[in-house]
Amino acid sequence: MNILVCIKRIPATGGKVSLTADEQEIDTRHLGFTVSPHEECAVEEAVRLIEANGGSSAVLTLGAEVSTEQLRDAMAMGIDRAILLETDGREWDAGSTAAAIVEAVRADGMNFDLLLFGNEAADTGDYQVGIRVAHALGLPCVTGIKSLEIKGGGAVAKREASGGWDIFEIPLPAVVTVKEGINLPRYPSFQGRLKAKKKDIARAKPQWNGNQMEKARLKIPKEQEHQVEILGNGPGAAPKAVEVFQKLGLFQK
Amino acid sequence: MIIALIEHDRGKLNESSLEMLTLGRGLGLPLHAVLIGEAARPLADRAAAFGAATVHVVQHERLAEYAPEAWAQCVVELIESLKPEAVLASGTDRGNEVMAHVAAQTRLPMAANCIEIKLGNPCVVTRARWGGSLLEEARLNGSTHLLTVAPLAVEAVESPARSPTINTVTPTLDDKVFRVRVSGRVEAGAGKISLAEARVVVGGGRGVGSAEGFKPLEELAELMGGAVGCSRAVTSLGWRPHAEQVGQTGTRIAPDLYIACGVSGATQHLIGARGSKHILAINTDADAPIVAAADYAIIGDLHEVIPALCAEVKKAMA
Ligand SMILES: Cc1cc2nc3c(=O)[nH]c(=O)nc-3n(C[C@H](O)[C@H](O)[C@H](O)COP(=O)(O)OP(=O)(O)OC[C@H]3O[C@@H](n4cnc5c(N)ncnc54)[C@H](O)[C@@H]3O)c2cc1C
Ligand SMILES: Nc1ncnc2c1ncn2[C@@H]1O[C@H](COP(=O)(O)O)[C@@H](O)[C@H]1O
Repeated sequence: MNILVCIKRIPATGGKVSLTADEQEIDTRHLGFTVSPHEECAVEEAVRLIEANGGSSAVLTLGAEVSTEQLRDAMAMGIDRAILLETDGREWDAGSTAAAIVEAVRADGMNFDLLLFGNEAADTGDYQVGIRVAHALGLPCVTGIKSLEIKGGGAVAKREASGGWDIFEIPLPAVVTVKEGINLPRYPSFQGRLKAKKKDIARAKPQWNGNQMEKARLKIPKEQEHQVEILGNGPGAAPKAVEVFQKLGLFQK
Repeated sequence: MIIALIEHDRGKLNESSLEMLTLGRGLGLPLHAVLIGEAARPLADRAAAFGAATVHVVQHERLAEYAPEAWAQCVVELIESLKPEAVLASGTDRGNEVMAHVAAQTRLPMAANCIEIKLGNPCVVTRARWGGSLLEEARLNGSTHLLTVAPLAVEAVESPARSPTINTVTPTLDDKVFRVRVSGRVEAGAGKISLAEARVVVGGGRGVGSAEGFKPLEELAELMGGAVGCSRAVTSLGWRPHAEQVGQTGTRIAPDLYIACGVSGATQHLIGARGSKHILAINTDADAPIVAAADYAIIGDLHEVIPALCAEVKKAMA
């Protein structure tokens, strides 16, 4: 089977972020880059499915030249080849991103049985690129998937729903958007990294047709001011903590 | 006018829809609710109580189980007949999914997880990005604005209830839109306290040190009738299952008390703990971000503090 995985380069934030002066981006001067955990799992899922079923995998990203770093990370985990849809670095909205991906899928000679996406990108959280691609290609789409099994000509996909699971049986080819937890991604091996370094990356420059949703600016939400009460140091603080539990009514049934 | 898609599962209302209606009725245009499937008809009164003047019940024999494309097709037909200024849904798994299908089919822009909406052309929204740790002000161009409302962005408040005008519609749905539908269901395990609903969550981070290190956390959670949670560092190390991960790509919790042990308090983790009424941080580092974000803190080694807490809780409960 043939699988395409779509990933997106994002800054690896952790603590407080600051914005650039024009309020258009996160200030990344002191940050590394990564992809969303959902997408890391999508890459791992593709590698496992190809290991189990045979075939070939490709990874694709739309972004600036520097995004080749994330493509190589994916190849280091075991993806066979990579496609860069090169932009000048500006933000493409979900509609234009999906259109560029659709065009690249059509241009690629390989017929994909499965197109894997993250459920949502970590930065924009648009929740729609995968679904838009599915519609344009006329494919079925399941989202938020945490378990995927290939069976005969189709797949069984599961998604969490109020503590239990909803089960979807879908024909292939299909678009599947995954959530972190579907698997535990491997760390790339040293050999994997070496191999990935040597591989060619296919490139295309999609045409920029403008965004339907325009970003005016980013804002940092106001955190409510509040005080922390230090209950003490070490195990000696336990009685005081239990007093707090009682005050909060936690021991009442 | 505005149409608002009410989310339900086999007739059980998802409460986020009430927040969405509360926001929607303040936008200055008549608000129409949409209920998909006959099982949802009894929800018309709740929708009216939260501001819907008209309720469209979409009736079709194949709508008993959730099918995202079919739901979207119902909304698209209503857009064509009612020509609304905007369509609203809640920013939940299903809300975002159905709206994205509507967007894909109509080629309209969609803004997910809005917290503020100013209608007009362009429509100006403020929406959550980065799981809610950043906000974006965005402008949408299009004949109908497709917007989902971030959960917990507004409080659901009833409006003086009227009896709604009910309009039953029957859509034309071809086979294709049922390609993807819920075909089976595994119910939640009985008796287990779910992380999302637990009153007390005892969470562990990398500071716990190992999978075995979670034993005392489990004991404390059990004593307090709560659930165990963890950080992404812990799931990545394989110490705990991902189902226990709190945060942007895990579960969002809303307990009365979250006891965060050996967790540094990265933004993506804190986002998931934001619904907690109180946070107690246990950390060796008084400068860890979790301490600043907490209401109470104990500075110390969790391996000493948690057993002492367990002993003290047992005493208090005896
Ligand atoms: C897009 C994206 C999404 C993410 N989603 C999530 C998510 O959903 N959930 C999540 O948790 N993270 C998420 N992360 C990861 C997040 O940024 C952090 O890397 C992670 O939360 C750190 O986990 P931690 O606090 O356990 O580990 P660390 O940051 O390593 O912190 C360990 C803490 O333990 C303390 N400590 C050490 N020893 C002891 C001891 N003996 N006693 C007491 N304290 C001790 C240390 O002082 C420190 O504060 C995401 C990251 C990205 C980029
Ligand atoms: N620039 C991009 N390049 C490749 N894939 C992308 C890009 N943006 C989004 N995606 C994919 O679409 C998913 C959903 O993104 P979004 O709809 O923006 O939340 C992501 O998890 C990625 O798998």
